[in-house]
Formats: sequence, C-alpha cells, structure tokens
Amino acid sequence: MSPAGNRPGNDGVNADVAVVGAGPAGLAAAVAAAEAGAAVAVVDAGSQPGGQFWRHRPETIVPEPDGRGHHGWRTYVDLRSRFDAARAAGRITYLPGLQVWMAQNYDGGFTLRTTPTVAGVPPRDNGSSVARTVVAPRLVLCPGGYDRQLPVPGWELPGAMAAGGIQAFIKGNAALPGKRFVIAGTGPFLLPVAAGVAEAGGQVLAVLESSSGSAWLPHLRAAAGVPGKALEGAEYASIFARHRIPYRQRSIVTEVLGTNHVTGVRTAKVDSVGRVRPGTERIYQGVDVVGFGWGFTPQMELPLSLGAETRLDADGSLVGVVDEHQQSSVRGLYLAGEVTGVGGASLAVLEGLAAGTAAARGRALSSSKTMWRHRKFAQAMHKAHPIPPSWQEWLTPDTAVCRCEEVTAGQIADARDLLDARDARSLKSFTRAGMGWCQGRVCGFATACLGEGTGNQGAAPSVGSLAGSAKRPLAAPVAIGELTALAEPAETNLQTKKN
Amino acid sequence: MNAHHNASPPSSAEDAVTLTVDGRVLTAAPGQSVGAALATNGITAWRSTRKNGRPRGLFCGIGVCFDCLVEVDDVPNQRACLVEACDGMQIIGTYPQNERGQA
Amino acid sequence: MTPASDVLVIGAGVIGAATAYFATQQGLTVTVLDKGLPASGTSSSCEGNILVSDKELGPELELTRYSLGVWHNDLAEYKKLWEFEAKGGIIVASRESSLASLHRVMSAQSGYGVDVEELDREALREAEPHISPEALGGASYREDCQVQPMLVAAHLVRLARQAGARFVADAPVTGFLRDGDRVTGVSSPRGDFSAGAVVNCTGTWAGELAAMAGVSVPVLPRRGFVMVTEPLPPMVHHKVYAAEYIDNVGSSDAGLQASPVVEGTPSGTILIGSTRERVGFDRTVSTEALGLLARNAVSLFPFLERIKAIRHYHGFRPYCPDHLPVIGHDDRAPGLWHAAGHEGAGIGLSAGTGKLLAQALAGQSPDLDLTPFAPARFGEEFSGASTTVTEHTEEATA
Repeated sequence: MSPAGNRPGNDGVNADVAVVGAGPAGLAAAVAAAEAGAAVAVVDAGSQPGGQFWRHRPETIVPEPDGRGHHGWRTYVDLRSRFDAARAAGRITYLPGLQVWMAQNYDGGFTLRTTPTVAGVPPRDNGSSVARTVVAPRLVLCPGGYDRQLPVPGWELPGAMAAGGIQAFIKGNAALPGKRFVIAGTGPFLLPVAAGVAEAGGQVLAVLESSSGSAWLPHLRAAAGVPGKALEGAEYASIFARHRIPYRQRSIVTEVLGTNHVTGVRTAKVDSVGRVRPGTERIYQGVDVVGFGWGFTPQMELPLSLGAETRLDADGSLVGVVDEHQQSSVRGLYLAGEVTGVGGASLAVLEGLAAGTAAARGRALSSSKTMWRHRKFAQAMHKAHPIPPSWQEWLTPDTAVCRCEEVTAGQIADARDLLDARDARSLKSFTRAGMGWCQGRVCGFATACLGEGTGNQGAAPSVGSLAGSAKRPLAAPVAIGELTALAEPAETNLQTKKN
Repeated sequence: MNAHHNASPPSSAEDAVTLTVDGRVLTAAPGQSVGAALATNGITAWRSTRKNGRPRGLFCGIGVCFDCLVEVDDVPNQRACLVEACDGMQIIGTYPQNERGQA
Repeated sequence: MTPASDVLVIGAGVIGAATAYFATQQGLTVTVLDKGLPASGTSSSCEGNILVSDKELGPELELTRYSLGVWHNDLAEYKKLWEFEAKGGIIVASRESSLASLHRVMSAQSGYGVDVEELDREALREAEPHISPEALGGASYREDCQVQPMLVAAHLVRLARQAGARFVADAPVTGFLRDGDRVTGVSSPRGDFSAGAVVNCTGTWAGELAAMAGVSVPVLPRRGFVMVTEPLPPMVHHKVYAAEYIDNVGSSDAGLQASPVVEGTPSGTILIGSTRERVGFDRTVSTEALGLLARNAVSLFPFLERIKAIRHYHGFRPYCPDHLPVIGHDDRAPGLWHAAGHEGAGIGLSAGTGKLLAQALAGQSPDLDLTPFAPARFGEEFSGASTTVTEHTEEATA
C-alpha cells in the first residue's frame, strides 16, 4: 500500500521520468528521455541549467555565454537547445532552485519532496519558488559530486577553499576570490582550476600534486583510448607555460599558515606513499587563497535512501552499482554521472543519455564502447592519483577534521582507540564528527579513513563505513514549517501502519 | 567580518548592485553571489564558529559545506555562495566586527 | 573455547554496558559480546532521557528513582564523560482540561515523593520565554536529566574493560551452549564463550535471543522518529513536553502517535520527538510521522516554523506488553538472565538495572525487589509474540 503521504498534493508534478540534476548527466538524461517521448520533470538545485561543470554567469546578466574557460561547451549548447526545445514543447517540466530533501519509493514509482535551495529568494526562471512534489514511475538521479577533502593543519582558515569552489567562483561570478593562489591535492582537476585562476588574472604560485608523473606510465594505453583528454592536457601545458605556473609533483601542503586568514602555506616533498621527506619543507608567503582537491565525492544520499546497491570505485569513493542501461539495483531507478563512478563530464553525458533513454523505454543507444573507453580512462586516472596512504601523518592532534563541529584528529583517534569507534557512524556518535551543518559531506571520507586506521596510520574505508556516513535521512535542510504540511491527519489514515 | 584585501571589485559603478553588510554599504557586479560580493570587497570571513569562535567564509563554494552561512534579509543561515546579491539586500554576519582587517 | 567468565553479557548497548560495568564492580569476571560495535542499536537512536516525570506510579517509578540515585552517586565522577545535564523537564498544558489532568498527576506524583512544582502562566514563560502564547501552565520536574547515550554505553564498556572485562565486537550469537537444561554459554562466529551466567541485554532483539534459548520473552519494537534542527543559540532551556505525553507512553495503540517533546542540546541543535508506532522493524521514512512531529513542535514553540531540520533519526524502543522491563534470572532456562524491554526509558533505567542485576548475579539480595520485572511473568498468550520479528535494523544516528 502506498501511504497517502506519497501522493502529490495540489503542488504536485506528475511525470513519466523524473530527473534530479541539470549538469552534464542530468541535462543529457532529460533530453534523451523527452526525445524518446516521455513526459519529464527535472529538479535542480541550481537556478539555471549547467550544473557545476557548465556553471556560467546568470543568463539574466549574460544572456549568451561564449563558453570561454569551459570544456565541452559545444556539447552543452547542443544539449541546452534540445532541452529548451523540449520545454517549449511541454515535454520537460523544469523545476530549478529546488533541492530534494527526501526521495521515497512507492509501489511502482518514486516521490521527490523538494525545498527551495535559497529560502525566500524565488529562482528567476519559472517561479518555482515553492516546494513541489514530483511523482514518477521512473527516476534518473544525476546529483553529481563535490571536491573530496583531506584535513591538514590550518585548512579551516578563511581563504582555504575547495579547488572546485575556486572554479565555481570564477565561472559563476567572473571574479576571483583572492589574488595569490596555491592549488594542492591530487588529480587532473587541479590543472583546469589553476588555469582558470591564471586566465582570470590571478597569480598561481604553485600547483602541488601529491603523486608523480611516472604513476601514469602503466596507464598510457587507457589514456590513448580517449584522445580528447590528451588535447586538454596540451592546452593546460600551454597555459601553465604562458603564466609560468610551477607544477610540483610529489608535493603537498603540510600546513596552512595564518591567524584569521590564510597568509601562506608550508609545503613538503613526499615519497610514494605520502610520507614527508625530511629537509624538503618550504614556505610560500603572501598566499591569500589555497585550493584543495583530492578527487571527488559523489553525492550518494539519494541513491542510498532509495536502497540502491553500492560499491567502492577505484578512487575509494562509494558509488552506485548500475547495469548497462544505468539502472541501479532498484527497479526503475537509474543513476548517471559521478554517482556511478567519478569519470568526468563526457562520460556523464553518455551515461545520462543512456539512462534517460532507458528510463523512457526508448531504443537502447550503442555508445557502450565509447563509455567503456572513458571508464577505463577514469579508472587509470584514479590509480595514478591515489589518496596517499600515509596522509594521516600530516595531521597533528589538534587538526580540525570535522569543520562544522570542530572535532579534532586527536578526539577521533581517542574515540577509535578507547571506545572502539572504528566506523564513521560510531565516530559520529561519539565525537560529533559529521553531525553538523554539512552532515559529514566534507569530513565523511577522512573520518572513515581515520576510523579504520591504527596509530597515525590510516586505511582505506569500507563500503559500510562510507555508506554509514553518506546516509542522510534529510538530503537537504528543510524548514519545519514546510514539514507541517506533510500528510495532514485529514488526508491520511493514521491506522494504516498497523502491524 | 574579516576584511582582507581587495581582490577584484566590480568594474563599473553604474550597473552595480548595492547591499548593506553589517551596516557597511558595498557594491557588487549584478548576478554575483553574496559570497562573491563579500569576497570581492575584501571581506573573507563573516561567520564565527559556535565552539571556538573562529572565522569562516567560503569553502566549498557550491552549497555543500554550509561554512559560508549568513543572514540575508532577516532569513538566518543562508548559504552566501548560493544567494544572488540583489540591490538593497541587508546582510548580517556573526563574525565580530572588531576582527575586521586582521590577517 | 575461550576461558569461562562468571558473567557473559550479550549486547553492548547502554543496558549491557551498565550490567557489565557493575558486574566488574562486584568482582565478577565479565565478557561482553556485541553483534557489531558498542552502542549501535537503540542506544544510538534515542534521546538520552533520564526522566522521572513520565513514569507510571509503582514499580517503574521505584526503579527510576533508584536508578537516578545510581547516576548521581555511583556514577557521579563520570558525569562529564557522557555530558550529563540536569536540565529539568517541563510538562506544558495548553487546554483547561489537560491542565486539570496535569494537576491530578502532579498531586499523585508528589505523594510518591516526586519533586514536582506547579508553574503558572508567568512562571512558565520565565522558564521558557519562547513557549506558545496558548500554553496555560505547566509542571516543573527538576530531577529530569539527560545524557549522551552512545557515550554512556561506550564509556561504561571502556570502564568495565579497565576493570578486567573483555569486549568482543562483531560477535552475533548463533546458539546457546547447554548442559542439560542449563545455559552455559553461547556460540558465535568469533568462537564459543562459556559463563556461569549469560545475560540477555539485546534490547529489541531480546525476544529473538530468548527464543534461541527456548524461552519466550515478549519484547516488541516500537518505532520512534526524532527530528533535529540546525544549531541555534539557546532557545529551549528544558525538556519541554505536552501533557498528553504521559498518556502515550503507557499506550499499546498500534497507530501513529506523537506528542511534542522539544528540547535544546549542548550542541545547539533542538531535538523534536517523538513518535511512537508499532510497525515492526520497518525502516521506511514516514512522512506522516515527520509531519506530525513538525506540527506538534510548532504548536509548542511557534518560532520553530522558520527553523530548519537538518536530520532525523528513528530507533526501535523495546517494550513488553505491560510496559515494564524484564530484569532478572529466567527460571525456565537456568543460567540465563535478561535485562531488556525498557521501552523509551532504557537510558535512564540502565544505571539502576545494571547495579541491581550485578547484585543478583553476585548472589546478593538486590537493593530493590526485582519480582515485578520477572522474565517469566507473562502468560502463554504472549509466547511467540516476538519471534515474528526477523529483520534487523540499521538506524540512523543522533
């Protein structure tokens, strides 16, 4: 029986296919499903299509963005025009500025409950400023991801940012969050971030990459399968040369310096497992922004809340298991983009197209070979840019791990060693790490690593620990006033839940 | 709030939006987020942490971390990185005024 | 076979932890098994109440008051470890009729020695400035306290270990070792464990474990949702609940019930509880429950309408048909003891339960007569009641 609370009220939107997210995967899924004849509803937290990857200035201010600083912009323009055409034809209902706070399965379908991303500020597009409930028999989740973080002393100082946050700042505001930057972490994403800063007029003092170029050698074959990536690489090389950006491998930030704001960073060279090599320390002064990125964390709360089966990907992230049509272990639930494994925008578009087509019961696409090559490339990239196994050695006992609740590495080690808190969930219970505003989105991975380790040696977290941390019964904060409208006693029989 | 330096103030005054931040009047380029408006005016911290009273500002920049919370037009705990700066907006932070300008 | 212990405690929730701790204080050798990690069941998904105000007059209240003494005396030095907070409770009446019932309850409670004080309109507003304008008056219970329940369980396990106890994680019980009728230990994937006494402290799973030993203990799960707000400056200073809360606690109605329980926490969040439903181990998030919690909370504290919820969690409160826990030896299976079924009061009652049971395990006469809590007190009509429950839960965290 489907509880009465699952039926949409008069604010409800019914669709054949619901899509969450309007980034590369979500746009592609929506377009594919609509073109296959389905009635589609797209819920997106952003105020305009594009997601993080194709984030651009508000179209009210810049109606025709030129795509400068973007990759795959032609793909975006193509998807966007098809998206707009499907909207104009009434096949896509677009609900921007709304976050899904709860997704529910019911017999034969899904309900999405939403809340405005920004309270009291209506999104400009179609005025969907009030929460809407979306009901559809099939659902495509494309919620994307965000920068994965490893704590380091001083990383909670203003001026320390996620690498992706710096890029979002530039793309969305045509401005810079500071003047002199250091970008650090691991992975190819550090390159476009640094290039974007330099092209926008900022000074990049250094890009610090914890792994080494030789880590790529075993994976050259996979890289050769995706020639576009080589072109991108060449482009960054030329930007780095033009702006004289030092790219230092096997290097990390060991401490962010400053009292109330970043003023510099202390760096060091590391060995192949991430151990600091004595005598290689160096200080960069006059830094006002340091950007950190250690790969990406897929947004898994919605797939988890619907019961989708998960696995660990090559980068150690928790991701959803899908079949060749992007269908998860839950019938009718499709996943595309980062939630099936971090693999970049091109792969996300292919997955979105496949998921949207399958969800609309369209004819299957034959892009599986290209997708396979992209996946091989992504796996190679993850293997070449691992989280350094010894990263916990960079911490001091008073390094903040959970930024929200200000829980330190020492408190986490004590809970693990004295109270047997070995998974992220127990650590959350005992120390409050992950219990604050962000609900463990930022510290969840690091906390799970710390729980599995001993002494100051970490270990890769298990599926169970990561899932425990990523389960968030409220996928977004929601005003209690909005909840008061749920299933008024008059419209639901409270006795339906009897054993 | 923590005023640090001028990163990139809006280029032209005529199309700028004006907002008030803890009583101080700032201009921002239209379409910028509140967080960007603050940062480009040299304000990089506007929230104090509950436990240790430490300054916070932008971190993730995309609405995930909730570090940049600020009161906008009487609505508390808004993510500055997501709210678009609009003319006449009243912004109130929790990071003490007397910490401003200290680095 | 590992060396035999005097006492083998099954379950490292707050009841098992307290039993283990007090058993070590009696000089007994103790082993604690848990199917997972400490405090991973109901102890991690409740509100940490130590309440006097909501107890039925009689054995439940006696045990509560005894337990309160244990918290304040035997465990006094550890209060900081588990964030013990004597915040006090306030029951609020918003209708003339409920105010009249509240006054009746208060006078009965006073007769039993409960520290309760009437609050008129003004006194209520002085205690809780943000209370609804509709609230007519209330009752203040200064003895009501709160702890962080996961920290209680984890630290009591740690303290028991310091006193020589052994803790084995990830050791679900797969069977009992017997010597004739007598229970002499358990088997688990981590090996066999033998003991002079096996104590079933498995909370909502106590019925299943008892069934494994061939005895019926009718412990059933009752689901409760709790909602948590964004961190705020102090707005709610006590544990504040509505007069009808008392009626719901003792109710066996299967339907969804809730009465507003709103309280501030040291971390700034406000907890909004709590629904009570008999739905087995159903983990489905109930929009009805969330809606009911939200409406009740706003009616008590109107400012909450604009406040955001950032998480909710639910747990399964173990309860028996007569709403009293089972504590003591099971004469039907010599060597097997139970301490379970404390319903919504397990945190508060844990300290007293553990101490009394440890006295009995050590062969002493317990400070309080355990007869009302005898595991075999239920008639045949309840046999098998708990065996229908098979699905285990993974609840969210506070």
